[in-house]
Amino acid sequence: MAAPWRGPGANDVSSAAALLSVADLSIRFGGVVALDGVSFEVAAGKICGLIGPNGAGKTTLFNCLSRLYNPQRGEIRFDGRSLNGVARRRIAELGVGRTFQNLALFGTMTVLENVMIGTHAIAAGGFIVNGIGLPFARHQERIIRERALALLEEFSLVDVAKARASDLPFGTRKRVELARALALEPKLLLLDEPAAGLSHEEVDALRAEIQAIRDRRGVTILLVEHHMNLVMRISDQVVALDFGRVIADGSPAEVRANRDVIRAYLGEAA
Amino acid sequence: MLNLELASSAEATSGAGFNARRAAMVVLGLIVVGLPFGLSGFRVFQLSQVIIYAIALLGLNLLTGFNGQISLGHGAFFAIGGYSMAILSAKFGVSYWFAIPVAGFLCFGAGFLFGFPALRLGGLYLALATFALALAVPQLLKFKPFDPWTGGVQGLLLSKPAAPLGLPLTRDQWLYFLCLLGAALLFWFSSNLVKSRIGRAMIAIRDHPIAAETMGVDLALVKTTTFGLSAAYVGVAGALSGLTVGFVNPDSFGLFLSLSIVVGIVVGGLGSIWGMVVGALFIEFVPNYADQISDVLGEGAKALPWAIYGVLLILIMYAAPEGAAGAGRSLARHGRRFLPRRESPSRGT
Repeated sequence: MAAPWRGPGANDVSSAAALLSVADLSIRFGGVVALDGVSFEVAAGKICGLIGPNGAGKTTLFNCLSRLYNPQRGEIRFDGRSLNGVARRRIAELGVGRTFQNLALFGTMTVLENVMIGTHAIAAGGFIVNGIGLPFARHQERIIRERALALLEEFSLVDVAKARASDLPFGTRKRVELARALALEPKLLLLDEPAAGLSHEEVDALRAEIQAIRDRRGVTILLVEHHMNLVMRISDQVVALDFGRVIADGSPAEVRANRDVIRAYLGEAA
Repeated sequence: MLNLELASSAEATSGAGFNARRAAMVVLGLIVVGLPFGLSGFRVFQLSQVIIYAIALLGLNLLTGFNGQISLGHGAFFAIGGYSMAILSAKFGVSYWFAIPVAGFLCFGAGFLFGFPALRLGGLYLALATFALALAVPQLLKFKPFDPWTGGVQGLLLSKPAAPLGLPLTRDQWLYFLCLLGAALLFWFSSNLVKSRIGRAMIAIRDHPIAAETMGVDLALVKTTTFGLSAAYVGVAGALSGLTVGFVNPDSFGLFLSLSIVVGIVVGGLGSIWGMVVGALFIEFVPNYADQISDVLGEGAKALPWAIYGVLLILIMYAAPEGAAGAGRSLARHGRRFLPRRESPSRGT
């Protein structure tokens, strides 16, 4: 089905630089409207924070981006192509890596293997090639291992390389997920509440880590986060959602001063 | 795409440990090759059965242990393999060199197709669907209109092949080596596979299917192909079994066989390759020993071999909940503690 509607900025000059553009995205579950005409754009190389009270639709939006959910209306364009109708497993290949709110590591695999499987989408060779162990497959395997080991080094995970993922403390597992998502060298990194459940010190380290990831790799980052301090300090752009609608979109300072945003948060707190 | 440039190829293998391992492998290999020359024909036949079971167990373990799909019906693929072998050789005079791979391919096809409905069934529901397969296949083999092919309730006879090239081996010895050759190839293939990106994808699907898909794993393709591969292994085992026994019969491929294969992979260790040899030894020999123990216990216990088998099984599950492979791992861990620590030269700072 062709997308019936294109975002307001679809033909703008500014959209040429947008790596990700979400236009009029709507999805409902039964009678509940989870996303209602959500539109925004993220420029390449930027960190975009996605905020909003619980149930605002942040994770739903992420799940539309990873094609776990199928939106009923609207379009997501990534790197010049529409993601509508793209198979879930193709998303990684296109260059989108993600982490999960409640962690989705492969529990019985080692940390090293977890990071190695991050390259699955960009590696080649099926059952026969790998079963026979053709030189090509062995060579590729060595490269995957090298790359994974470099990531373990980067995220201080070398000491736990051989440990089972499920045996590790929560904060460490979050770093493993981050390393796994980066193994495919994504253009866009989706982080779903990376600070949730972390201690104060760990959040500080995470902030430095996220910025370093962007600076070293030039990867665009879309971040769902409740930790306001973190979002406001690292984001170039902040998008606020409430009841499935965008209520503010701009620089951290603009969004912080936005009346609707204040109302949404105070309303929830009261 | 993945850049196929290797940054540094410092691939140092720690010398001493590697050599000791290799020496142990050579000794083990010599024993395995030498065994049929020191044993009676019947014992050699039993060892061939062990090798055949090991192949079948490895097949089911690829599916259940590595990929997380439960099958209670793999006896059906064993039957398809055995009957393919028997029909090809008895009705068409096809050489077993050709018939064994054909049995494997036929079972691959059957397993691959069964993999599609399996995609929609998880856990216990898949167990039930495969259970139905285990129930249905032996009956289909007895189905009257198929009699000209299957031989009906009587089954089919095969002639045990003599050793080729004038090798000085008895038929049982030759069949042992034939089974060993098949097992060597299939174990080699699997151990390569499970260490590769495909193996990681199989395990990832078992651990967390949604995350696996987010990594770019094609769930449907990997699951159906694994089902096919698993069935192919069991099919080859069935073909070798038909040849080694010299006879196929619907009742030898019943539910009991299907369940024995499941018992074997659990005893050997889910997600293990070499543990399957232990699982195979268990399902070949323990029922016999249970029988002997029940004889020792006297007249009153005569009818209890399966109760003894059951008790043994429960005890083993208590002693080694992760099967032989898990027990081996923890033994190695404890053993290492008593050895002097050796600094590996390649890791000096």
